[in-house]
Amino acid sequence: MKPYLWSLFKFLAYIAIIVFFLFPILWIFSMSFQTNDTILQKVPSIFFTPTFKNYIGLWEGEISIEGFATMYVFFKQNLINSLILSVFSVLVTLILGVPAAYAFARYKFKGGEDIAFTLLSFRFAPALLIIIPLNLYFTKIGLYDSYFALVWVYQLITLPLLLWIVRGYFEDISVDIENAYRLDGHSWLKSFFYISIPLARPGIAASALLCFIYAWNNFVFALILGSSSIQPVTVGALAFITASAIPYGLIACGIVVSVLPTLILALFIQKYLVQGLSLGAVKG
Amino acid sequence: MSYLQINNLKKSFKDDHVLKDVNISIEKGEFFVVFGPSGSGKTVLLRLISGIMFQDNGNIQMDGKNINQLNPEERDISMAFQNFALYPHMDAFENIASPLRANKSDDETIDKKVKEVSSLLKIEHVLTHMPKELSNGQKQRTSLARSLISKPSVVLLDDPLRNVDAKIRFEMRLELPKILKEFNTTVIYITQDYREAMALGDRIGVLYDGKFNDIEKPRQVYNNPKSLTSAKLFGDPTINNFTTNVQINNGSININIGDEKFIGKNSNQNINGKYIVGIRPEDVQLSNKKSDNSIKVEFRTKTPLNLKIVYLIKFLNGVEMLCSVSENESLSIDENKELFLNIDYSKIHLFDSNNEETIF
Repeated sequence: MKPYLWSLFKFLAYIAIIVFFLFPILWIFSMSFQTNDTILQKVPSIFFTPTFKNYIGLWEGEISIEGFATMYVFFKQNLINSLILSVFSVLVTLILGVPAAYAFARYKFKGGEDIAFTLLSFRFAPALLIIIPLNLYFTKIGLYDSYFALVWVYQLITLPLLLWIVRGYFEDISVDIENAYRLDGHSWLKSFFYISIPLARPGIAASALLCFIYAWNNFVFALILGSSSIQPVTVGALAFITASAIPYGLIACGIVVSVLPTLILALFIQKYLVQGLSLGAVKG
Repeated sequence: MSYLQINNLKKSFKDDHVLKDVNISIEKGEFFVVFGPSGSGKTVLLRLISGIMFQDNGNIQMDGKNINQLNPEERDISMAFQNFALYPHMDAFENIASPLRANKSDDETIDKKVKEVSSLLKIEHVLTHMPKELSNGQKQRTSLARSLISKPSVVLLDDPLRNVDAKIRFEMRLELPKILKEFNTTVIYITQDYREAMALGDRIGVLYDGKFNDIEKPRQVYNNPKSLTSAKLFGDPTINNFTTNVQINNGSININIGDEKFIGKNSNQNINGKYIVGIRPEDVQLSNKKSDNSIKVEFRTKTPLNLKIVYLIKFLNGVEMLCSVSENESLSIDENKELFLNIDYSKIHLFDSNNEETIF
């Protein structure tokens, strides 16, 4: 094939891929600036007069849709709940998971592999299997409808994930680097904080981001174990669909807003995801 | 009492008894080389001394005090690792400064000392580089600088020249003793290269089969090895050995290898019986001319080795032997003509055929 034909082909292929993946997102983004009428017109158009009605309605919790009664949504509270739940879940996971991953990577102790595998096995069982008994327990001990309970249950999803990813990163760090640091006269704890953690940072960052996404997207735990006062956006979005109306613009707007925190976090964390830091310090 | 005293040190990994009974006493300021084949437990020994690993049994004393229970950071021992073990997220300066940061020196002192040691090791120009930007030679110097900067009582060097190329290895072999003298510290140095051991060591310990077979001055290990094992390890190409009948009678030696008879002068005590005869490849001469006591041999093959040419020759009865000849000498040898071998009988070694211990 001639070079210019080849590059033309490549260019078209890129365009196809971009359209395939980005079109739904762009479409939802544009929907969030439209009223139900323009969204639902017979021949959809990409030309419309943008309106911020949906965003304002979402923020104020009150929106009137032409031809229907005024709707009340608790989206702002849902968003705050999502943030609280995800941030605390990831924090608890980091505090518990990183030292645990280090222990599993560095020390061979009796039953160590079994414990690590048991933690992973939490992810085998579908959430629906354990949700009913959990609900009964939590009601009994008074944890139903509390942030604490949800953060706790979220650990079932996030902790094994982080543990197994970060463990691999710790295992990849040459023990001699830590040994050398200790021989320099630094304590064990210092070698953990100043050598092991910085070197495993790409792994910790990547898995923390994944944990955040999993926690953010969780639906079923929050649906069963809490009332509307602590429910996150995933559950809160259900309220948009009522018997009287399906406000597509509002739903699109909710999606855009609820994707934003994860997107910002991903961009922020990107620089820590850069690999290859440990290359070349130890003779391969 | 020696400065570093190690008694009955044992370490095993499951059923693998790596160190069975290690005993050494090392004086202050001594350059002690641990020499042994790979897998002989050299690195394990250093790890036990440094405290990275703990022994199953035995005692390590430094300056009269037991250090068995101390953590690595409490021992005043530093180590340069075979794989350099630099901190990849710190630049060369911080890597070298690490021991000073640990003892909380102020920035001014750190700056001064790092400059000092890095100029000694000729790496001042790369102090701002990250480890991945350094060449292997520079990495090795950085790791050496780090192990020396805090002037520890004992410096452990785990085959530091293993992972650098031949040119740098040669340079460092010349430079290292000079640098280490400046720091006036006790050094334990690991190597698998007997020439490096002989070039650097005040004394050499030959570690084999979980214990030290020989602890001697460099020449001594080469000339009078304690056993066949030491003799085999110390020399390249390795010593020729034949198990055979040997007689020494009033200054003349009589060796039978197959139906080939070797007769020469040797002034050791009179013996008669089955022994292992060791002949170093460098203690023989090969030529095209027949002379007194020379033996006719056949040429098999030859290969160059460090300014020498190693010949593999065969006696008429089929027994093979290695001979090393200087490059100059080899020019005068035409292997297509008849070849004759002369052995320097005064330099041969004799080992007990049962326990392989040296007789002379």
